[in-house]
Amino acid sequence: MTKYMIRRIVYMFITLFLIASATFFLMKALPGSPISSAPKLSPSQLAMVEAKYGLDEPVPVQYAKYMLNLAKGDLGNSFQFKNASVTELIMNRLGPSVLIGTQGLILGVAIGILLGMIAALRQNTVWDYGSTLIAIIGISIPSFVFATLLQYWLAVEWGLFPVGLWKDGWMSSILPSVALAMGPLATASRFIRTEMIEVLSSDYITLAKSKGASGFEIAFKHAFRNALIPLVTVLGPLAAGLVTGSLVIEQIFAIPGIGEQFVKAITSNDFSIIMGTTLFYSVLLIVIIFVVDVLYGIIDPRIRLSGGSK
Amino acid sequence: MSLDIKKIPAESFERVHIDSSHAERITKPSLSFWQDAWLRIRKNKAAIASIFILLFIIIMAFVGPMVSPHDAETQTITHANLPPKVPGLEKLGIFDGVGTLAGKEVDLYEMKKVDTYYWFGTDGLGRDMFSRAWEGTQISLLIAFVAAVIDMVIGVAYGGISGYYGGRTDDIMQRIVEILYGIPTLVIVILMLLVMEPGVIAIVIAITLTGWIGMSRIARGQVLKFKNQEFVLASRTLGAGNGRIISKHILPNILGVIIINTMFTIPTAIFFEAFLSFIGLGLQAPDASLGTLINDGYKVIRFQPHILLYPSIILSLLMIAFNLLGDGLRDAFDPKMKD
Repeated sequence: MTKYMIRRIVYMFITLFLIASATFFLMKALPGSPISSAPKLSPSQLAMVEAKYGLDEPVPVQYAKYMLNLAKGDLGNSFQFKNASVTELIMNRLGPSVLIGTQGLILGVAIGILLGMIAALRQNTVWDYGSTLIAIIGISIPSFVFATLLQYWLAVEWGLFPVGLWKDGWMSSILPSVALAMGPLATASRFIRTEMIEVLSSDYITLAKSKGASGFEIAFKHAFRNALIPLVTVLGPLAAGLVTGSLVIEQIFAIPGIGEQFVKAITSNDFSIIMGTTLFYSVLLIVIIFVVDVLYGIIDPRIRLSGGSK
Repeated sequence: MSLDIKKIPAESFERVHIDSSHAERITKPSLSFWQDAWLRIRKNKAAIASIFILLFIIIMAFVGPMVSPHDAETQTITHANLPPKVPGLEKLGIFDGVGTLAGKEVDLYEMKKVDTYYWFGTDGLGRDMFSRAWEGTQISLLIAFVAAVIDMVIGVAYGGISGYYGGRTDDIMQRIVEILYGIPTLVIVILMLLVMEPGVIAIVIAITLTGWIGMSRIARGQVLKFKNQEFVLASRTLGAGNGRIISKHILPNILGVIIINTMFTIPTAIFFEAFLSFIGLGLQAPDASLGTLINDGYKVIRFQPHILLYPSIILSLLMIAFNLLGDGLRDAFDPKMKD
């Protein structure tokens, strides 16, 4: 177990190092610099500004400095927002993103589990087909189309919720969370359905039945618990999906979160924010996948991690 | 009971002769893997409906722009922002070209003195949405298919080599995959698109850059499963080389799994393309895909909802159909489901 974890941590750092380096060199290869879109500067002024940001140094030196700063947790300064540090900019915007992300995840997984259980317990009935249909729609309809529809009908036409912005406190977070929840909902319900059906046909369920356990008891005490464990494995991909979704959904609902800032930074060539956010997302997702893998080994004693990936 | 049996005369019994040739007789016509899969997928109504929907969309993507009396690129400013109007259906009170203008329901075609029909309406520059939507579908499908095929080829080759040769080769190749696997797709796709010239090729490269990894893992697992089985050993004993074993014995066996996985890559690629176009990293005007059309429509949703509506419907239908078909194929190819 310890050996496995050490190995995984080493890989995590190699991956992160690669991402950081790739981000740096790709940003260097970008056409145009953040300064070139500023109002006209004379060559001497341009040189001064470049010197101030260290852009006049040779690329390897910039790279070394960048990596050293990264090791200290310093993501550099934004070009766009009056030299604010990127770490601070990200932290300031973390709140709304985390709120809609967790709400979306909890809502989606909770409803998804419910739908999946109903589908498995009432296999090949209207309930089953209905919940499968919802799952297929949830997977198929892109979150931005769904978000647009929610915004158009519930907010603009009927005025039930705020259309956008982050001004009405928790009310503002409802529609974005619902829009984000569709992905986890669909994944969780399909997953739970398959797992439950498999568990329900296993021997210990037959044993429980023959001992006279009630349907309710079998469903919740035996089948559901065991079906739940593998759900942990999809949490990694789900988190990645939530991050992807949050980029567009924050854009659609004009939420001051990380995703919205990221998309804006892309259009304004602010590469310290792009690099910072990219790394932030990478660390987030890689750590989540790592934690999920380790957690899985702890929850389910049948899984032995020591063998590695084989 | 035993008494009853004794009452039955011995002559009513007859000895059954076991004809050893009968044991080998095949009672049912032998079905190939594909015939078997087809028999099972035919029972899956959702998959069959998906095939028809996909065929319809693919045919329309090519025929649609030709059928429409209007060109996708021609800008007729006087015909801008017209709602859909379809001959025949207009008499039923739907698709009759009536739209809201300053809060009132007006026949915009009459007002702007337009005497042709725009089946899906027009956009802000007076371009025919019907042609644009189907041409956008063409581009989206093209990106998805090319990306899926590249993913499949690279993934199967990489995973196949890694699994088949094993040992040190496998070790090194798997360490590389393990590192690459950690890189979030979204991050790499966005970075690549920032650097490359926006366009179809850039999007395909960005999507395939990490897309093949999933396929390579599946292909490796499958190859590992088959390479040590008896029929491969038999073939090797008979003197078959690696090339023959891979092409004649292993590939046909793992083909089903590869096809299923590709069926799920296509909607993912369609989604990613639309997603990138939506956040402004995709195709640049005048090229249009479903994603860019949806993005354009989103900006004017309050006033011209029809611009958003049709590309969204086509995109959603495509995704649903590909997912359902993928599900159906998975059930059809899965040997565990055999009855």
